[in-house]
Amino acid sequence: MSQPINCIFNRDTVQTSLPAGTVTLDFIRHHQNSPGTKEGCREGECGACAVLLGQWNGKSLQYQAVASCLLPLGEIEHKHLVTIEGLNREGLNPVQQALLDEGAAQCGFCIPGIVLSLTGFFLTSPDLAYQDGIDALDGNICRCTGYASIRRAVKNLHDTFAPKLDKNKDRLEQLLEWEILPPYFADIPAQLKCLAEGDCTSTTTEKVENILSSAPQGEEPVLVAGATDLYVQRPEELADKALAFVSRCTDDACLREENGHIIIGAGTTVTHLKQSPLLKKHFPKMSEYMTRIASTLMRNRATVAGNIMNASPIGDLSIIMLALQAHVVLAKKGEKREVPLIKFFLDYKKLDRRPGEVLKRVHFPVPAEGWMFHFEKVSQRHWLDIASVNSAITLKMKGDVIEDIHISAGGVAPVPFYLQKTVEFLEGKQVNGPVLLDAAGVLEKEIAPISDVRGSAQYKTSLLRRLLFAHFISLFPGKKLEEELL
Amino acid sequence: MRNVDIPLHIRGESVFLDDIPEPKGMLYAALFASPESHGHVRNLDVSEARKSPGVFAVLTHEDVPGQNQIGGIIQDEPLLASDEVSFIGDPLALVLAESKAKAKLAFKKIKLDIEKLEPVTDPREAFRQGRLVAPPRTFALGDTEGAWADCEVVVEGRADSGGQEHFYMETQGTLAIPLEDGGLKVYSSTQAPSAVQRTIAGVLGIAMHRVEVDVRRLGGGFGGKEDQATPWACLAALAAFKTGRPVKLVLDRHEDMTYTGKRHPYTSDFKIGLNKEGRILAYQVTFYQDSGAAADLSTAILERTLFHCTNGYYVPNVKATAACCYTNFPPFTAFRGFGGPQGMFAVESAIRAAALKLGMPAAEIQRKNLLEEKDSFPYGMPVENCRMRRSWDELYQRREVEGLFKEAETFNKQNKLEKKGVSLMPVCFGISFTNTALNQAGALVHVYTDGSVNVSTGAVEMGQGVNIKIRAIVARTFSIDEDRVKVETTNTGRVANASPTAASTGADMNGKAAQLAARQILARLRETAAELLNHPDPMDIDIENERVTCKGKQTDLGWEKLVDDAYWRRTNLSAHGFYATPNLFFDREKEKGRPFAYHVYGTAVTRVTLDCLRGTYVIDAVHIVHDAGKSLDVLIDRGQAEGGLLQGIGWMTMEELIYDTRARLLTDSAATYKVPDIKSAPAEITVHFLEDADNPHAVMHSKAIGEPPFMYGIGAYFALLDAMRAFRPEKPPVFHAPMTPEKVFMYLND
Repeated sequence: MSQPINCIFNRDTVQTSLPAGTVTLDFIRHHQNSPGTKEGCREGECGACAVLLGQWNGKSLQYQAVASCLLPLGEIEHKHLVTIEGLNREGLNPVQQALLDEGAAQCGFCIPGIVLSLTGFFLTSPDLAYQDGIDALDGNICRCTGYASIRRAVKNLHDTFAPKLDKNKDRLEQLLEWEILPPYFADIPAQLKCLAEGDCTSTTTEKVENILSSAPQGEEPVLVAGATDLYVQRPEELADKALAFVSRCTDDACLREENGHIIIGAGTTVTHLKQSPLLKKHFPKMSEYMTRIASTLMRNRATVAGNIMNASPIGDLSIIMLALQAHVVLAKKGEKREVPLIKFFLDYKKLDRRPGEVLKRVHFPVPAEGWMFHFEKVSQRHWLDIASVNSAITLKMKGDVIEDIHISAGGVAPVPFYLQKTVEFLEGKQVNGPVLLDAAGVLEKEIAPISDVRGSAQYKTSLLRRLLFAHFISLFPGKKLEEELL
Repeated sequence: MRNVDIPLHIRGESVFLDDIPEPKGMLYAALFASPESHGHVRNLDVSEARKSPGVFAVLTHEDVPGQNQIGGIIQDEPLLASDEVSFIGDPLALVLAESKAKAKLAFKKIKLDIEKLEPVTDPREAFRQGRLVAPPRTFALGDTEGAWADCEVVVEGRADSGGQEHFYMETQGTLAIPLEDGGLKVYSSTQAPSAVQRTIAGVLGIAMHRVEVDVRRLGGGFGGKEDQATPWACLAALAAFKTGRPVKLVLDRHEDMTYTGKRHPYTSDFKIGLNKEGRILAYQVTFYQDSGAAADLSTAILERTLFHCTNGYYVPNVKATAACCYTNFPPFTAFRGFGGPQGMFAVESAIRAAALKLGMPAAEIQRKNLLEEKDSFPYGMPVENCRMRRSWDELYQRREVEGLFKEAETFNKQNKLEKKGVSLMPVCFGISFTNTALNQAGALVHVYTDGSVNVSTGAVEMGQGVNIKIRAIVARTFSIDEDRVKVETTNTGRVANASPTAASTGADMNGKAAQLAARQILARLRETAAELLNHPDPMDIDIENERVTCKGKQTDLGWEKLVDDAYWRRTNLSAHGFYATPNLFFDREKEKGRPFAYHVYGTAVTRVTLDCLRGTYVIDAVHIVHDAGKSLDVLIDRGQAEGGLLQGIGWMTMEELIYDTRARLLTDSAATYKVPDIKSAPAEITVHFLEDADNPHAVMHSKAIGEPPFMYGIGAYFALLDAMRAFRPEKPPVFHAPMTPEKVFMYLND
């Protein structure tokens, strides 16, 4: 029998004895009889099942919009799970009214998810900027498609509320005042605090390591990070399994600078990276790059650890971390082992991970003065898509020659690929057209893409050539390299 | 707006099929389908699966009591395959269990032995093999053969367009409940409740009156639930009939994408000839339609391709031939535009090819050949109330289109990394079912003693706003507040023999039928009012804003009192309205007639920016001038125009169906098949409706709007091509949609 799970579901405190691996969307629709949350794809790709998840972090209540179809029920323990039923009040709230006024709902199937995502925008956007509102909807598909009307509604909401925003005021309070949240939300912080007080779910990576390594073979709990791929691949299988949640490891959920390194805890989400002032300081365009990864609903859950451990040859974060010369720290029974990421990916979906090892953190050197970084990604759909080919570069010049350089590429090999030979070729060279054309020749020989739904092998090869050029054209706009390369 | 759908949607309170509270004892159904695209079934043994835990029954073709046949137009589609399978997803067995998971677990215990046959995956190959659904058809006007000699340029080429997954947000589904008399009540997510009713009755071998089909709303249809909701409804009905238990069959996204049909891929050969002024003198085209493994609606779709093969242009000499070719894909089916877009893509391609050879901008050729009043369509119908040129000219004026071309030209001269492209897309689309018989609709209107009104029609609400329009029509007919009017579910027991909600005709026909019903009641109420007011002539009586007027003067008599008094005077407060679109005929021997009540016109301009380094692109802006007649609801019509456009852009750009050599769909999930997201929608979209554009041929001077705007999306393809050719001017254009980033890249880099 699994441990009962306690949470607040909309207005009510709820206890359930369903397994922690149950898909939360099923819990909502079939066990809580709340059909306003829709099943569209069960892949986190459409947003029809969007919900809000509120967590008491010791000081305040933080909400995030997530896709309930990829959310294991164990993750709602001691949290506030909000569906459309939990946002409804008498009549329509201002978000709902704005959508109505612009005729944004056509068939109506995607709209509850859109209301949830927009409420997420109100809860998290620092300035309620219009673009934040659109970004909040980057994981909500409306096939009818009312996007233009939805955008007008977002514009109207922005125009109405952004000027009224008082940044000194508690956001929850302000949204209560504006009637975007129903009155019962006022009591949620206290209730959650109370629930969390008896919280014995928070753990450390060390404990997880122990559980993992002490479990009899074949009965090890499945390690769950963001679950955004795991629950696409094998939800049925996970329903009854013992799970260990990385998100509960409170010891290393961090993003900090230490001894000349940037340290990223395993449970750090893409949203954390996107919002991190530390990363922004060193990589001014990091937030922009992160926007190219999945959608808000996914970024709020997807983790650095998950992206690396998933070992997808096209994982955006793996590619970025490779170029940043990252190391992974693995732990087992308190013993740590550090592996350069470049050596961690052995073969297709095969990692240098020993049984029982847990990825604890990733770290890479703080870029020194003069270091440049750039990320490229091409996908069939520009946003919310998996790359056909992606690539990252870090680069340092000495005078007019390349002193140090690291380039990685995804979608061109069985693993996230470090372009060793291209890098070696470019070291010590000047940046100009002929050099880059020669480098592209080296590059073509060291990759081996396959044809699949993301593109033909020939396309991926030629595309990566171009992305190599794109790196340099972007990093050296003054050189007008395109004149020689295109 | 209190009691209509939209606030319910926004509150998440609208009940879709999978939200209906599950009846006691309900079984979940899961389809065991053919994993092979072509083959003979040597053995299908479900006996072990029947013993699987939680399994209640497993049904095969042997369990069908009536006809094992669901083909609508042509009887070529068994409900459950017996000795041959012809596509991946061909239904073989239905497992009924206490949960869908348990039903699916039982699949492992089904023994299936299929002798594999080579699948046909190319419609041209199918044509060569004579695998045709029906004999090819040809539309002809003038003397094409004789006209080539007069042409300054003659260009031949090939234009191909890919299929398109509907990706309605709500997947296919049915809930079938057995009734006391051995009949069934069936909740189905269908655009065609009467077809579902008729087909179920045939499969079960029972009378249609024992099958009641009810539809509240669909979470999107787009044509995908016109014919292809039927198999799921029939399977669930069969299961409920055989087991005596309620049965629910709802597809998950993967099943839906794998098993159900999509927009037809087309491949076509064109030949076009122009004089040196740019007038098109002759156009010849052959369409090979990939129909998939069963006829479904393919022949009707093919017909519409022919009807729209010259889009909004007058061509004096036309010869258009088209064939439905059987392949081993799931039967392709209706999708917004219904073959029209595929026909238009070919002629627009031909114009681009000709423009190049003639050295004349495509837009100039387009403009010179726009339809004019009294021209004739290739199918013999005269062009009437033509607004083709008007929409074109207004667009040029409003959006300064000349300037857009100049701007792009200047930009392209100055930039190497990026190129801009601009294209015009005129659209002329005929409104009516091309199968004349389908142009009929019924409506049932009840006025209750408290003055509230209940309307039933054959129209299915699927997001297109038909219920809101019908409600407005009835309210305006009575001149009462819209809040008094409620539109009921679409139910075969209330409105019989309804045509599918399709061909953009939902509001036109059902709205008209509802209006006719309301008018009958209104006439009776006038008589009652005349009696109450002691006025001799009921024709002087009217209702304005819920008050009875006599010779234009307001009286003390209000709507509620009038209705109540009418009841006590034993007045019939119910009426059935019936509408058959007048003056339609079509002679399929001669391929001439008047198949459409009227045409919808409009023009769009599309502007794109191409990233020549990466082969990626952004659709920057689309501006549309559209003829919506006298719109019944501007907000709804704007949503339809913008929504259709974006779906069209998706079809032309990122939506790509990829199959392996065994005809297995590889882009079978939301992760691999990409539909437009909010950020890929053009930053600028404007829709201007023509003013003073009354339409005498439809209800309250409105015009149908569902399908025509889809075809504005075709402009995105040609704007991209324009930008691509700015980068590679020496390279011949390609006409092979969708223009994915990969295709752009390969074109730029070859």
